[in-house]
Amino acid sequence: MLTLECPYCGIKADETELAPGGEAHLKRQGPGASDEEFEGYMFARANPKGVHFERWRHAMGCGKWFLAARDTVTLEVYGTYPAQTAAPPKALMEKIEKRQSDRGGK
Amino acid sequence: MSARLEGWGRLIDRSEPLTYSFNGRDLRGYRGDTLASALLAAGQVMQGRSFKYHRPRGPVAAGAEEPNALVNLGQGARFEPDQRATTTELFEGLVAESQNHWPSLDFDVGVVNNALARFLPAGFYNKTFMAPRGAWKHVFEPAIRQSAGLGRAPKAADADRYEHLYAHYDVVVVGGGVAGLTAARAAATSGLRVLVMEQAPHWGGRAPVDGGEIDRLDPEGWVRNVVEELEKAKNVTLRRRMMAAGVYDHGYLIGYERVADHTPLDGRPRHRLWRIRAGRIVTATGAIERPLAFAGNDVPGVMLASAMRDYLVNWGAAVGRRVVVVTNNDDAYRTALAMHEAGREVAAVLDARPLVTGALATRVREAGIRVLEGRAIAKVHGRKGVTGVAVTAQAGAGGAVEEIGCDAVAMSGGWSPVVHLWSHCGGKLVWDEAQALFRPDPSRPPTGADGEGFVVTAGAASGALTLAGALADGHDAGKAAAKAMGGKVTRKAAPKAEPEEAQPILPVWIMPAEAGPELKAKMWLDFQNDVKVSDVELAAREGYESVEHTKRYTTLGMATDQGKLSNINGLAVLSQALGQDIPATGTTTFRPPYTPISMASIAGEARGELFQPLRRSPIHDWHEANGAHWEPVGHWRRPYTYPRGAETLAEAVNREVNNTRANVGLLDASTLGKIVVKGPDAGRFLDMMYTNVMSSLPVGKCRYGLMCSENGFLIDDGVVARLAEDTWLCHTTTGGADRIHGHMEDWLQCEWWDWKVYTANLTEQFAQIGVVGPKARAVLEALGGMDLSKEALPFMHWAEGELAGIPARVFRISFSGELSYEIAVPAGRGRELWDRLVEAGEAHGVMPYGTEALHVMRAEKGFIMIGDETDGTVIPQDLGLNWAISKKKEDFLGKRAQERPHMADPERWKLIGLETLDGSVIPDGAYIVADGVNENGQRNTQGRVTSTYFSPTLGRGIAMALLHRGPERMGEEVEIPVLGAGKAPIRARVVETCFFDKPGAKQDV
Repeated sequence: MLTLECPYCGIKADETELAPGGEAHLKRQGPGASDEEFEGYMFARANPKGVHFERWRHAMGCGKWFLAARDTVTLEVYGTYPAQTAAPPKALMEKIEKRQSDRGGK
Repeated sequence: MSARLEGWGRLIDRSEPLTYSFNGRDLRGYRGDTLASALLAAGQVMQGRSFKYHRPRGPVAAGAEEPNALVNLGQGARFEPDQRATTTELFEGLVAESQNHWPSLDFDVGVVNNALARFLPAGFYNKTFMAPRGAWKHVFEPAIRQSAGLGRAPKAADADRYEHLYAHYDVVVVGGGVAGLTAARAAATSGLRVLVMEQAPHWGGRAPVDGGEIDRLDPEGWVRNVVEELEKAKNVTLRRRMMAAGVYDHGYLIGYERVADHTPLDGRPRHRLWRIRAGRIVTATGAIERPLAFAGNDVPGVMLASAMRDYLVNWGAAVGRRVVVVTNNDDAYRTALAMHEAGREVAAVLDARPLVTGALATRVREAGIRVLEGRAIAKVHGRKGVTGVAVTAQAGAGGAVEEIGCDAVAMSGGWSPVVHLWSHCGGKLVWDEAQALFRPDPSRPPTGADGEGFVVTAGAASGALTLAGALADGHDAGKAAAKAMGGKVTRKAAPKAEPEEAQPILPVWIMPAEAGPELKAKMWLDFQNDVKVSDVELAAREGYESVEHTKRYTTLGMATDQGKLSNINGLAVLSQALGQDIPATGTTTFRPPYTPISMASIAGEARGELFQPLRRSPIHDWHEANGAHWEPVGHWRRPYTYPRGAETLAEAVNREVNNTRANVGLLDASTLGKIVVKGPDAGRFLDMMYTNVMSSLPVGKCRYGLMCSENGFLIDDGVVARLAEDTWLCHTTTGGADRIHGHMEDWLQCEWWDWKVYTANLTEQFAQIGVVGPKARAVLEALGGMDLSKEALPFMHWAEGELAGIPARVFRISFSGELSYEIAVPAGRGRELWDRLVEAGEAHGVMPYGTEALHVMRAEKGFIMIGDETDGTVIPQDLGLNWAISKKKEDFLGKRAQERPHMADPERWKLIGLETLDGSVIPDGAYIVADGVNENGQRNTQGRVTSTYFSPTLGRGIAMALLHRGPERMGEEVEIPVLGAGKAPIRARVVETCFFDKPGAKQDV
């Protein structure tokens, strides 16, 4: 059972307080999108063995949606950040890169 | 015949005798006994029968790994099956029965399976499926169900109390043996919060039984000192009778504390489930001895050498008067010495190793005990008890070289570290060739949120099998765990013990090595599931190369013991059969719980009224006092109907419908979802949420709206009222309020976060009452207050004012087709308004009505209900609701999805009404059949009934259904089969969905 820190209220929340929301940073495809674009948006999801950017809602807490970068194999949480962004923060991406190169070097 | 020895039994208190009953026989034991030790001391070695062949069985172990000695424990509301006698503490008045036998433990009819064993090989269960279809149902299944299975299921509700406890610790040490205590002591010096748990009722683990010296003290004294020291430390919590059941993500740990199993009826909760967040977990879980696979190794009286020693030293229960020890390692020699010291005859030690040189063996020889080198057991004699063994050469095929008479056999095939907790969350193992065991690989631990390993093993659980090694390893583990949590450990040195001079183990997986099929068919690997060497070899021959497949095919390692004794031996035999190394075969997956935990402890206090919180409307008590028949709707309870006198529910519903249509009815609609959406961009936002346009709704008016998911399916509906230029009130279904509020927030927070919109779920802030029927206006006028005339408040408008002195918002909306007002007032005044309406309505024949009358009336009008007409696969177009889908809007949730070809396909099932030809009511969930059959020989279908009721207004059955090309088929007759042999299908005519007042004249007056 995971613990994730809610970036809004700062609470280290147990998974029972949270509701999962699947892959983060999807680009919405509405009317005018091709069948392929819409299918990709609606159904095709990343299932990486490694870093996954995902949506969580602090459902039993402040009610806010936030995003998390989590390793699906090691369960390491590289960080959580507010949902109001189209891409992960730069500092987080650098941290992930560094952690991965450190591990590769071990 | 008592086998209790004076001067032995460190755990029993002879000053406190206890009476208990086994299979109806009253027996005596002592405080400190387990049920198994008490039975052994009473001479009752045979304690159960096996699962498949019903073979007589006695305990083979003395702890949590016991596969055989399972009993039905307790009676009535405290009855529980499959309890291990080896971990059941004795108490006064304990009642136990053995399992898996009929009519008695001593004489069992099912043992006939034993004679038929060669017809019940591995996978016989699966093979029965290959027989003709009828054979399984009529022959195999009834026979298997009759003879297999463990204990009976309890019949009464559990009378005991259970609770959950949440806890956070920096370091949790699992296991209170000397390694665990050493780790705890080291970690505790850092001042961090430390929890130590031990599954047994006593501290110290195996060390007090196995002997040696720790810091110049005997282990028992050393343990006493350390526990005292830890008890004094403020940052340390000690718990006995508590097992770590499972390790989960990010340091989550389940502890299972058997608080009062041994002190029933003392008022404490029976079990406590600890839900622990641990920074680091030290698993000092010890090791479990492995049986040896020789013919007849399951006869009562054959047991693990360590267990025989435990029964003697801990409980003074001697198993056997003349014992043979069979081993491939040094440790079993301790048993030979202990039994010899206790005055029992040790007939011989059979050691599979060709040359025996260890220090322990020397001591055994010096005691005058025969040590036979390179020897094995060819066969155990006896059925319900051991009568002797045939001795053979381990290197041979089983030709007997000697017969030795004995009444017990102590066996040791080496030790396996308990790696379960390490493995639960992904810790990896490595095969230790020298010690012939799998042990945790410290370089591949389970990792936590910080990406670092969060489990450290200590002592025998690491593979450190000597006393000195276990102490050093435990100290390091405690230090490492504390350091990882930022603690500074001040204790520098590990406790000391003398290094032991040991001779290496000789891995022995089959005894003797060249045994033929005859012997292999009697060598048990898994005692609980009756899996033998021959079964695993058969599985390998039949192509089951994966250890996971072999497990499922043979049932090796399944059931309540999860193969604690059998796993390693089983996979070693499989490896041999496949001609590969043991690491290439690998282990099966270790899954929680370590040993079974009670279902009641998982439920905790969440049972009965506490199972789920109940939501009550402000008018709940009135409903209760007026005989409401309740219907659960989400977490709410809503009145289904209010039966009067001897009325049936159906009669009550009919009366409520008729009275509402003729006079006036009251509906408690408080549970309806009420979400306020406010802000400069609120109109734009609602235009995305709803399929129709809400931004154009004038202030003061109401509009019915539909919500779809992004995938195009209808998810909710309701009336939207525009309260102000920048404010809308969205009504949702009762069950949908929280979900729809969450749905809105998701889009607002994650997609259109720059839109200036605020939402609030005000469902519980308002009571809402429907006043419905031709006399509704008259009743409201009698209350006094705001003008509710047709001119002042037309249909589909709302107004704010006062009614009976209560501030109110009145909506003229109708879900029944009648003149209808929905009145929202502050929740705290809902009951007051209801009472005033009941009083004022008396002169007009007012009656409350429940959800069923509401349903009937909406169905008479052809209004859809989310969850009846929709099921997550239905789009508004299927329901003839195209009028509520904007063609002008560029975008709304679901619009792109609904453009997909299969959504626009004219072949879809679409909503129509059904009128039965004979007036009867179609059963719920019925299908409309089409001609012909499908590939499974089932009737083809062309539609399904979504709502069906008796309409008291029309005096006949009415229904709505989704039918293939439905709206194009008005007037056509269709056939609806009814379940039940010989029942004639119902014939119905396809009609429009609105059965009553199609022009809507009654609601717009």
